[in-house]
Amino acid sequence: MKEVIVISGKGGTGKTSITAAFASLAQNAVIADCDVDAADLHLILEPDITTENNFSGGKTAVINTDKCIGCGKCANLCRFDAIHLDAKATGGGKKFSIDPISCEGCKVCVEFCPVRAIDFKDALNGKWFISKTRFGPMVHAKLGIAEENSGKLVCLIRQKAKEIAKEQNKDLIIVDGSPGIGCPVIASITGADLVIVVTEPTLSGKHDLDRVVDLTSNFGIKTAVCINKADINPEITEQIVEQAGKRNVKVIGKIAYDESFTKAQILKAAITEYTGGFIAGEIKKIWQEIIYNLG
Amino acid sequence: MKIAIASGKGGTGKTTIATNLAYYIAQSGENVQYIDCDVEEPNGHIFLKPKIEEKDTVTVGVPDVDLKKCNMCGKCAEFCQYNAIACLKNNILVFEELCHSCGGCMMICPCGAMCEKQRAIGVAEFGVAGNIKFGHGKLNVGAIQTPALIKYVKKKANINGVVVIDVPPGTSCPVIEAIKNVNFVVLVTEPTPFGLNDLELAVGMVRTIGIPFGVAINRCDIGDGRVVAYCKEERIDILLEIPHNRKIAENYSNGNMILQIMPELNEKFETLYNLINRQINV
Repeated sequence: MKEVIVISGKGGTGKTSITAAFASLAQNAVIADCDVDAADLHLILEPDITTENNFSGGKTAVINTDKCIGCGKCANLCRFDAIHLDAKATGGGKKFSIDPISCEGCKVCVEFCPVRAIDFKDALNGKWFISKTRFGPMVHAKLGIAEENSGKLVCLIRQKAKEIAKEQNKDLIIVDGSPGIGCPVIASITGADLVIVVTEPTLSGKHDLDRVVDLTSNFGIKTAVCINKADINPEITEQIVEQAGKRNVKVIGKIAYDESFTKAQILKAAITEYTGGFIAGEIKKIWQEIIYNLG
Repeated sequence: MKIAIASGKGGTGKTTIATNLAYYIAQSGENVQYIDCDVEEPNGHIFLKPKIEEKDTVTVGVPDVDLKKCNMCGKCAEFCQYNAIACLKNNILVFEELCHSCGGCMMICPCGAMCEKQRAIGVAEFGVAGNIKFGHGKLNVGAIQTPALIKYVKKKANINGVVVIDVPPGTSCPVIEAIKNVNFVVLVTEPTPFGLNDLELAVGMVRTIGIPFGVAINRCDIGDGRVVAYCKEERIDILLEIPHNRKIAENYSNGNMILQIMPELNEKFETLYNLINRQINV
């Protein structure tokens, strides 16, 4: 079983549209959306949810105001500035409360409260789903509003996608990753067989590509690049090709700027379903390159 | 006054709007600072081309074990909520990259065997770009403490004038850190299904935190009318609309400021800035 991850460094390069096209071309794959922070792949794949589960990435501290004596030790110890005097507390005396958005669930306040007034509860950080789509099974998630622990959720989704692939004899997993180089990206690429970076020929795209390739080489993961909107700036496209060559990263395809991407998105279609034209042909070639590079 | 430029979806034009808004404010004679909090992939410097005058290495505290004092009781490893410490038979392993710097292990250790050492997670750079003050953070490749670096960069953004904050994409912890304590958030989107979906997530986030906000629609003539319909229904003000234009895309690709290339857009940024001011003062 092989796993290919599509990331981008810079956002908005066309990563998800291209991933949807790959999903339409793959014959026997499980699809996973690991861009849990701003998931969009479901808008094209229209998953039919078969299983829904809660995701708890950690715990969160909650002060029991009946027990709180207002000593403020918790607020002093908290390194995340999550604990403040509660102005709305009733019942007389000073009371403290914890801002759930700032709390990182470290347990320090829970442990050191002199009157054991702080509970440590499972946090509900989001939901994850197993679904059926016209291109095969899909694992995806919805992170709760202003929630954290997206790295853990990414690991969970990849794990479930692997289990489904094993159960259903699928030989490939296609993962839509997130922009950036931080925690969710690291969680989505570790141990992958191939990373595809979708970039664009802008100075920003080139700069971000460089940083994301630093990251994949750090982890020793085979990486290939796909340049979208390549005709927007042919000069920078050439620079990207040259730069990739120096770093032993293969450029497996260039795609011209095309309004069909937006039109396909509006019709909830993969670009390869929307048009059989030149663009679709280019993406098919890229997909063949990916299969070849996966070995 | 702090204005954050954010978006659920990446690549909608956050940096374009943030840098050009800062440029507009500076041109109108006000004291302004641009702060790039997209520390994983900062791009503002490509457009503003600042002269960097100050560079700080940003660190977080991680535990340092003195094995001579340690009795291998394992309480630190048991306490750590992030699996950053493993207690072996006669050694303590610390996985620094997993540590959240909460300090719990040092407090729980009965032998005083744990102290704190500093681990670098990135740099913060400050300088000037013409009459715009400039600041940004750059996360080290492989580091995951994005919010800690954002916090540091923001703390140093300490002028009396206007601060324009370029926020990372998404809706989770780095974004929350970047928009904390700002006066106003501009959510940048594009009129596509992806743009709308991610805008809805971003609106949910700013409403949860309770910061006044408005929407800017970039490439407003591609796609469909659902973003505008959504904003109407939710009574969200549309503060700025920029049409799709290949000239803008090409200039963006070369790192040019659109207000320098297309001064006719000045009026749009003037309106944006006036609308933000009006909403803050309500």
